[in-house]
Amino acid sequence: MATTEILLAGFGGQGILFAGKILAYCGLMDNKELSWLPSYGPEMRGGTCNCSVCISDEPIGSPLVLTPDLLIAMNQPSFDKFVKSVRPGGKVFFDSTLIEANTDRTDIQLFGIPSQQLADDNALKGGSNIILLGKLLKETNLCSLEVMQKAIEKVVPPKKAALIPNNFKAIEIGMNA
Amino acid sequence: MAVVFERPKSLVDIPTHYCPGCTHGIVHRILCEVIDEMGIEGDTIGVCPVGCSVMAYDYFNCDMIEAAHGRAPAVATGVKRTNPDKYVFTYQGDGDLAAIGTAETVHAATRGENIVVIFINNTIYGMTGGQMAPTTIPGQVTQTTPFGRDPQLAGFPVRVCEMLSTLTGTAMAQRVAVDSVPHIREAKKAIRKAFENQKAGRGFSIVEVLSTCPTNWGLAPLDAIKRLQDEMIPYYPLGVYKDVTEGVFENVQGGNE
Amino acid sequence: MERNLMKGNEALAEAAIRAGCKCFFGYPITPQTELAAYMAKRMHKAGGVFLQAESEVAAINMVLGAASTGVRAMTSSSSPGISLKSEGVSYIAGSDLPAVIINVERGGPGLGGIQPSQADYWQATKALGHGDFQLLVYAPASVQEMVDYVVKAFDRADKYRMPAMILADGLLGQMMEPVSFPEINPDAYDKSGWATNGHKNAREHHIVNSLYLQPDALEKSIVDRYKKYEIIKETETEAESYLTEDCDILLCAFGATARVVKSAVNSARELGIKAGLFRPKTLWPFPVKEINEAAKTAKCLLSVEMSMGQMVDDIKLAINCSKPVHFFGRTGGVIPTPDEVLEEIKKLGGAK
Repeated sequence: MATTEILLAGFGGQGILFAGKILAYCGLMDNKELSWLPSYGPEMRGGTCNCSVCISDEPIGSPLVLTPDLLIAMNQPSFDKFVKSVRPGGKVFFDSTLIEANTDRTDIQLFGIPSQQLADDNALKGGSNIILLGKLLKETNLCSLEVMQKAIEKVVPPKKAALIPNNFKAIEIGMNA
Repeated sequence: MAVVFERPKSLVDIPTHYCPGCTHGIVHRILCEVIDEMGIEGDTIGVCPVGCSVMAYDYFNCDMIEAAHGRAPAVATGVKRTNPDKYVFTYQGDGDLAAIGTAETVHAATRGENIVVIFINNTIYGMTGGQMAPTTIPGQVTQTTPFGRDPQLAGFPVRVCEMLSTLTGTAMAQRVAVDSVPHIREAKKAIRKAFENQKAGRGFSIVEVLSTCPTNWGLAPLDAIKRLQDEMIPYYPLGVYKDVTEGVFENVQGGNE
Repeated sequence: MERNLMKGNEALAEAAIRAGCKCFFGYPITPQTELAAYMAKRMHKAGGVFLQAESEVAAINMVLGAASTGVRAMTSSSSPGISLKSEGVSYIAGSDLPAVIINVERGGPGLGGIQPSQADYWQATKALGHGDFQLLVYAPASVQEMVDYVVKAFDRADKYRMPAMILADGLLGQMMEPVSFPEINPDAYDKSGWATNGHKNAREHHIVNSLYLQPDALEKSIVDRYKKYEIIKETETEAESYLTEDCDILLCAFGATARVVKSAVNSARELGIKAGLFRPKTLWPFPVKEINEAAKTAKCLLSVEMSMGQMVDDIKLAINCSKPVHFFGRTGGVIPTPDEVLEEIKKLGGAK
């Protein structure tokens, strides 16, 4: 596939944009073309939030993802809204702690894991988004684990470098979930 | 024969466009005397307003910039921030400074912008032919207050020095007049002090100069001076409203030297 | 060259600093906020000035003051704020000063919205303020082009002593893409003949001014400026032509919209429809020669914009109304989709 279009959606504060940034950096590390586009405005402050990431071997056209190949959904409204738009053959990763997968679509693959619960159980506060990334990594050939780890090292701000091992752990939990 | 009185070097030797009896000429002269005495003409950049002194850029021999109406303090900010070793002054009338440019004036002052503002208050819009200014005194007849300024309709005048003296960034706010020789001497001293403040990096200094407008007041020059003394000074009392050198004040910005 | 991942707004700021911009004056407005925030963080370290002004009006006049002294100066805003700056831009143009103005457009009129828009095309290319004047208008379509055109805008502003604008939009400002920064030598244009930076008693005093009370003097100053504009029209146009050699339908779009249109053109080609894309990179001067070249084989043109069709007139004038020019657009902050554009292409007889 020349271009992988990814949509991440959830509540503001769930780390949607952060997880999107990690995916974008994966593309950068792999020397691919890529774009990262957040929703912006009042929704940044606690409302719904989404983020488009395109990774490709060719220059990116429209950076706005309307029919994602991969969807990460972190709350019910986002799941309900975007599951309809996933491209046939696409994959959906969602937090089954918070989301009931009500969809009649049979042409897509659903991967529900209790990412919020797993984060709480493993004392990884706020790690639900990264656990879902781990699951995505496992179920797609988007990039290698090494690349994603490098991407995490890039995206976590230097002041919070102590949190890098936790993010690695979250990826691992997601891959094994 | 010894020369005892001459045109300041920083005042260009050409006729001005000001009306007979207008006091702009006096203020131009004492400002230039200060520039000459401090020897700073080559390091001074002036900013002109829109109003009667719009063409003052032709009269001051230092580098000059003509600003949009009311924006001179913003333009001066841009100059001073990028050229902190230069002396920067604005020369503005009451409409320019206290109506359309109020925000620029107040914020330059509150930032402690290290500039000098010369503010000509003659209680009227001169250039456009005598309309009400923010400083027009209650009862004063102008083209747009034909029955006298009625505060119920037109509100009250702004007392600029009093207002700006409440701001921490203001280093100096002084009201002077150019109606008599002692007052003119006082005015020159105030302007000198304002430039010394800039040199020392003390921040925003404003010198408000009560001036006349014989043409638009409809008075002969001497009668205009008398109005300044009888009507304006009581409403706009002369004096020092703020002077940081009299109290404890942190220099907000580096000085020129 | 090293690739960094940066938001468009931040890349604009970094590029400006690298291009020798010595001062930034701004006022907060969505969706360009990151630009000012980046400047606030970095400008000081770069030895320059960052100042948050009390208004957009003040900010553009601070730019005027700094530019008068020969310093590279910039301000940025979004549509409603640009309207407030229009007074200062007119004075800057009338005073023959170089300056760079960034517009990260959002929907209008009035307070409008905060989502991406291109509805300031007319304002930027026809009338950003009163009086006879133009400013250079660059329309980048990627974060990398935002960098490249900021560098060029500073250079050309100095070269021609006139304001230059980067006309971007909320989508470009907010998105992240890989970007690399070219080695930049801020070209040293000699400003000693006009800058008001203190004459040191070594020259006549300089006056920066836009007031000419004598009509013939004012007329002469404008006519001289327009002679300069003619040279700019000849030499400064830039455009991209994509799959235009054999196209039946020529789509015209700039900025972020051009990316959407490129996706649609690719889809059309897969369907066997000969569609092509013409993308002006300079909106003023409009690339007249280039669009005529691109439209050679086209039977009709389709302008796609995030507005109600503000570029259509320029296209018609450029091709002298020799072919039909159609329009499709979304406005108010709605971004057209590649599918919508493809439908329009099909409607225009492209379906085979």
